[in-house]
Amino acid sequence: MEKNPSSAEDLKTIRKIMEESTKFLSISGLSGVFLGMLAIAGALVAYFIITGYGSSGYTEYFSNLHGGTNEDIKWILLIDAAVVLLLSVATGFLFSQMKAKRSGKNFWTTVSKRMLTNLFIPLAAGGLFALILLIQGQVQTVIPVLLIFYGLALVNASKFTYNEIFYLGILEIITGLASALFPAGGLLFWVLGFGILHIIYGLFMYRRYEA
Amino acid sequence: MKDIISGLNKVFDSRIRLGIMSVLMVNDSFDFNSLKESLNVTDGNLASHLKALEDKGLIRVTKQFIGRKPNTRYAITEEGDHLFKLHLNALEKLIRTQ
Repeated sequence: MEKNPSSAEDLKTIRKIMEESTKFLSISGLSGVFLGMLAIAGALVAYFIITGYGSSGYTEYFSNLHGGTNEDIKWILLIDAAVVLLLSVATGFLFSQMKAKRSGKNFWTTVSKRMLTNLFIPLAAGGLFALILLIQGQVQTVIPVLLIFYGLALVNASKFTYNEIFYLGILEIITGLASALFPAGGLLFWVLGFGILHIIYGLFMYRRYEA
Repeated sequence: MKDIISGLNKVFDSRIRLGIMSVLMVNDSFDFNSLKESLNVTDGNLASHLKALEDKGLIRVTKQFIGRKPNTRYAITEEGDHLFKLHLNALEKLIRTQ
């Protein structure tokens, strides 16, 4: 029988189609770096709010987070966090859309919708949970909850995108648990989880897939 | 229909059919427009290949309405899954013997 020169190419195409129809690959590494920097900027603002507010220092603030103290700061910090969140989501979408466009793909597909649904369900649950904790005055558990739920969201969404996201998720969960164990660490864990991990991850992904 | 020597299946000769089967192998079901997007083909072309695969019993078609818009979804049948796997194995064997 005559050998088929295109069968190797066929198989390659098949693999590519299978991957592209199940995985959303337009997530940009650079957006991770920006997300990390945004988170660190947000943490710096929070730090200045806490230290600049009256007499309470940073360490005291995080070691005295019980009950209804620091009522006003709480809401200012919430606004700070909300601004960072909005900018982060916008950055993520923008960079992904740009990457999709560059590689001639659609951003809004069955796969991207599937990925986003899987990402946002744990994320929304975590966000609402954190809000409830904040309202009830349990400020010290807000950072661990956000980190843990964010990690779970990433693990959940990783089935529909780059596998590396899975490991980022695991690291976020570990950071979250550590921050629950050492509540006085507060913002430092925030900077580590949402800042440094994102930057390292972003650079890694950028070098691996885009550079 | 089936090539006895290699397990290659003539039904899958076309690139578009290979594409359709590949997508449906790894997804529970896919709708027409998403298929069109993933494979980058025209309506008519895709429809005729889908029809051919459906007639051979390799894929299953379900028509439903989302609101007022008709939505046609495609899924692979057991037969289709089986034959496509044979076809893939044959392709791999072919490469290895080259």
